[in-house]
Amino acid sequence: MQALSSIKATDYYNLEDLYTEEEKSIRDTVREFVKEEVFPIIEKFNQEMKFPTELIPKMAELGVFGPTLPEQYGGMGISNIAYGLIMQELERGDSGVRSFASVQSALVMYPIYTFGSEEQRMKYLPKLATGELIGCFGLTEPDFGSNPGGMITKAEKVDSGYILNGAKMWITNGTIADVAVVWAKLDGKVRGFLVEKGTKGFSAPEMKGKLSLRASVTSELVFEDCLIPEENLLPNSTGLKSPLMCLTQARFGIAWGTTGLAMACYEAALNYSLSRVQFGKPIASFQITQEKLAYMLTEITKAQLLNYRLAQLKDAGIMRPQQVSLAKRNNCEIAKIIASMAREMLGANGILDEYPVMRHQNNIESVKTYEGTHEMHTLILGEDITGISAFE
Amino acid sequence: MKVIVCVSLVPDSTTKVKIAQDGKSIDESGVQFILNPYDEFAVEEAVSLKEKLNAETLAVTVGTDKATEAVKKAFQMGIENGVLIKTDNEIVDTYSVAKNLADFINEQKPDLVLLGKQSIDFDSSALPSMLSELTGIPSVNVVVKLTIGDNKVTAEKEIEGGQEIISTTLPVIIGTQKGINTPRYPNLKSIMAAKKKNVETRHSTYNENATEIIKMELPPIKGKGKILTDGANSVPELVKLLREEAKVI
Ligand SMILES: Cc1cc2nc3c(=O)[nH]c(=O)nc-3n(C[C@H](O)[C@H](O)[C@H](O)COP(=O)(O)OP(=O)(O)OC[C@H]3O[C@@H](n4cnc5c(N)ncnc54)[C@H](O)[C@@H]3O)c2cc1C
Repeated sequence: MQALSSIKATDYYNLEDLYTEEEKSIRDTVREFVKEEVFPIIEKFNQEMKFPTELIPKMAELGVFGPTLPEQYGGMGISNIAYGLIMQELERGDSGVRSFASVQSALVMYPIYTFGSEEQRMKYLPKLATGELIGCFGLTEPDFGSNPGGMITKAEKVDSGYILNGAKMWITNGTIADVAVVWAKLDGKVRGFLVEKGTKGFSAPEMKGKLSLRASVTSELVFEDCLIPEENLLPNSTGLKSPLMCLTQARFGIAWGTTGLAMACYEAALNYSLSRVQFGKPIASFQITQEKLAYMLTEITKAQLLNYRLAQLKDAGIMRPQQVSLAKRNNCEIAKIIASMAREMLGANGILDEYPVMRHQNNIESVKTYEGTHEMHTLILGEDITGISAFE
Repeated sequence: MKVIVCVSLVPDSTTKVKIAQDGKSIDESGVQFILNPYDEFAVEEAVSLKEKLNAETLAVTVGTDKATEAVKKAFQMGIENGVLIKTDNEIVDTYSVAKNLADFINEQKPDLVLLGKQSIDFDSSALPSMLSELTGIPSVNVVVKLTIGDNKVTAEKEIEGGQEIISTTLPVIIGTQKGINTPRYPNLKSIMAAKKKNVETRHSTYNENATEIIKMELPPIKGKGKILTDGANSVPELVKLLREEAKVI
């Protein structure tokens, strides 16, 4: 019952009043989806270190893959506020589930839409939207993380196309992907290539032993004299700027997503502290607990305001990548602090899988690192403020 | 087959209701409004009839402009057409709502009318029966299972301590109860499609209220419970309190 009613979530400054009816409806329906489909299964998949692939057709049916794209490519032309709210709600469920949607939308569909030919768009985008195809994004290499421009994966022009050699690491969805957007140097310049599953010389073994983002597939991509047909080069990709443009899209979603993670931890800690009685009183009645709750709520509210304004700038087409860095950096940081505080407030219960808090706390470690570490975003801001780059 | 679903917009059940200054209505500031949860079952039933039997579906609501939200929620779940019967006043009593809906139903001549067994704002549970009386169409309320085939209708309804199975023919009015189905959550596509749909506005055909709200009051605040802590030794004290203070024995 009440499939459409909005389950109350933290919104101290009534941002609710600023959303359009569609934005609210989209948020509520994704919230309901997470409650019905993600919460009941996620702990099990997290423990087993598997991505719940059964969610893929359901997420596609819900419409969360590439929803900002135009209709002819399987999108729905929704606003960036609505897109952000989707990410927030998915990550209130789990960072792995949000990561899946982020990769598919921001790191695979976005580059094919932005740098691809019309044939490439028509061939891949509608099927990526329906989840018939799964994509991944290969930028990071074993020796080049924060410094992707140093990559050694390279493409060589031959008569029938391009020969790809090299390796990528830490690639979300790699093993289960039907198509990989791979960044490699062609004549010294970074270009994007579409590498299909089953291409000779291409393999994508899954990485093992993760203690974070466990409900997500992370893989290596290996290319050994891998022949890519001519038509699989993304014709409009031009240098390192192209993958960085993709990262801007994904980081935008992460800023919203990690706010959702922080909300989930705060809400769990608030509920727990109201019901847990020590010294004859709920622990919420102690000043130290209240100080923590006040801190959490303040930081969440600030993050929500950053996200809202950032999305407005993005919808207006004037958002700068550095503004995204500020939000990604801040929101990952406060989410990490809030997750850790919440874990402590739950006492011993905080380490149990009965509560989502420790899973979120572990997940934020990945999210804070990927898509640019805290330090890299600091340096991006530093460069923007001073005009002096500290890393190049 | 033509199906009409009657829907209403109600305050979210998690809202803490406050009484407005006039003492006769609720203070709507900060209140979120939702599609009446029992109407969700009616909408779901209609949409699945559209999918199974190609039924023509229409959602109708009686109220001020704000009430169109209920129709839009029905659009999001897959209802095709929508009508707002616009009233002059915010507060319209059940009889007046029934009268307006009955006029509309008599004009539209649907095969099936679906509506929630009650709406969670005023909880009067009277609309299905009133509609039946005013239209002359039979009604079954509190329905947990509905089967429609070749003009024959079988409805299972909840009764005290059991289930009653009723068979009738179309047209019929059905009041839906929890359990009849699982309402779908709309997907993004239907949300965006609903945005483009129009709710047709008509003026109300009946504008009098048969009842008047004189006063609204919040339920009394529950007193604090008492805990007697001396185990079996507390029994005489407990009996005394139950008799003298709580006056239940
Ligand atoms: C679960 C997971 C999923 C991922 N998914 C993807 C994916 O789908 N696609 C993809 O391409 N990549 C992916 N990544 C990779 C991720 O983007 C990189 O891990 C990240 O960019 C950091 O690179 P690194 O791990 O090599 O760390 P390094 O770059 O080696 O950094 C190590 C430490 O040094 C610091 N550091 C580096 N340079 C400087 C400097 N100049 N000044 C100060 N400090 C510095 C960093 O901040 C960090 O603390 C994923 C990572 C994880 C953990």
